[in-house]
Amino acid sequence: MSDPSEHGGSSGHGLPGAGLVKGLAVTLKTMTSRSTTQQYPDVAPELPPRSRGVIALSEENCTVCMLCARECPDWCIYIDSHKEEVAVPGAARPRQRNVLDKFDIDFSLCMYCGICVEVCPFDALYWSPEFEYAEYDIKDLLHDKDHLGQWMATVPPPPAHDPNGEPAKEETAAARKAAAARPAPSAVRPEPGADAGSAS
Amino acid sequence: MPLWVELVLRVGGVLVAFLTLPLLVGQAEHKVMAHMQGRLGPMYAGGFHGWAQLVADGVKFVQKEDITPREADRAVFRLAPAVALVPYLLVLLVIPLGPNDLVGQPLDIGLFFVLAVVGVGVVAVLMSAWASANKYSLLGGLRGAAQLLGYELPLVLAAASVAMAAGTLSLSGIVEAWQPWWLLWQAPAMIIFFVAGLAEIRRPPFDMPVADSELVFGYMTEYTGLRFAFFLLAEYVGIVVIAALTTVLFLGGWQGPFADDQLGWLWTLLKVFAVSFVIIWLRVSYPRLREDQLQRLCWLVLVPASLAQLVLTAAVRIAL
Repeated sequence: MSDPSEHGGSSGHGLPGAGLVKGLAVTLKTMTSRSTTQQYPDVAPELPPRSRGVIALSEENCTVCMLCARECPDWCIYIDSHKEEVAVPGAARPRQRNVLDKFDIDFSLCMYCGICVEVCPFDALYWSPEFEYAEYDIKDLLHDKDHLGQWMATVPPPPAHDPNGEPAKEETAAARKAAAARPAPSAVRPEPGADAGSAS
Repeated sequence: MPLWVELVLRVGGVLVAFLTLPLLVGQAEHKVMAHMQGRLGPMYAGGFHGWAQLVADGVKFVQKEDITPREADRAVFRLAPAVALVPYLLVLLVIPLGPNDLVGQPLDIGLFFVLAVVGVGVVAVLMSAWASANKYSLLGGLRGAAQLLGYELPLVLAAASVAMAAGTLSLSGIVEAWQPWWLLWQAPAMIIFFVAGLAEIRRPPFDMPVADSELVFGYMTEYTGLRFAFFLLAEYVGIVVIAALTTVLFLGGWQGPFADDQLGWLWTLLKVFAVSFVIIWLRVSYPRLREDQLQRLCWLVLVPASLAQLVLTAAVRIAL
């Protein structure tokens, strides 16, 4: 324990009192630099583009494949649908398509893991940075497909591709397709690992 | 000008200073401390950068219930905040703002009066501590008494040094005798006076009697509402008083770069606010001294140093 009588607080080396001056310098420097306070209710925060605020639903993209509901770790997505027959003129028989009746996400259960967004094969689910949907009653955190659809307007455009990152799978696939003179129909999808060799 | 008009003007002026300067210092403390910690501080009260925060605080304190503990010594308990506040008001009365008697009450023994009246503060601390019937209050009060009695000595000795240098006890006389090279000659006394003054008003890093992390709030623990606000106000008036005394005794009071006769009050105020800023700055920068460190600093550093300064002052006075 250092001698408390030393007013200079000469901890270690240097002039006595250097530590005291250093302390004053730190506070003065902090005072003259900009404060980090975000004045939230007055000024909207600048959120990073991939913020996980709420899950938005693009209803027309949904095919009721139920992948999201099945992959959801805490079963917070509720989907109901019925089949409709669509008579296509010129077709031999009417086609069937799924019509979404109910698409609810219970945000009191959701843990924002984003698996549903990842797993959706038709890009019907998106992350929106919107976060101001607190409710007084936990029941009101169950949002239906209309409400989820309203959040589509707040979904930001996807961030630009990182020029240093590896190219998108679609691009490499198109490049390989162009390189191969006549690709077999099965080669539309790139083999896993063929384009990720540099990453791993 | 008839006597009574002059009297009303002087007392009124001191009262206005007593009511506004502490608020300015308090608001400055809010903002300076916040920015030193990377925050913004109050931003809403009053609209523009929270300028009315202390007014709002005052309104809140007035609305609070005034509680006196059942076991408390009622009369003493209720009197203590006033005893804490009034000495500083009296001190402000004799601190010169500018030349030509721009002072509440010119007093030939001004320095003596100031030191004597500031010493009354310890009585308020002990009154509130004993009367609260609370162990934390008592601990804080005893710490406060030990601290105030200890630091009174270097405070008086440092002030005596400058009084010896000026050859007068009048505060105006000291300012008139002051010359810029005294900044060097009296520098140790200035530092001692300033540090001891900080301890006298129990400001961090000398806030062991209050020590909110261990003693709740020291001798102010049991106080609520307006009486508590009085204690807080006393703390901020204390900052003004210590800053003003440092200004008058060691920084040349109204002596500025030019136009001392017309702008003397401005130089004094600027110096007072600069010293107040340093007081706030120290609070933000340094942690609280432990009780033994506090006493050690007083008795082993400040008292010998102030005695040495007295010897130096006497030697220089005789030599010149």
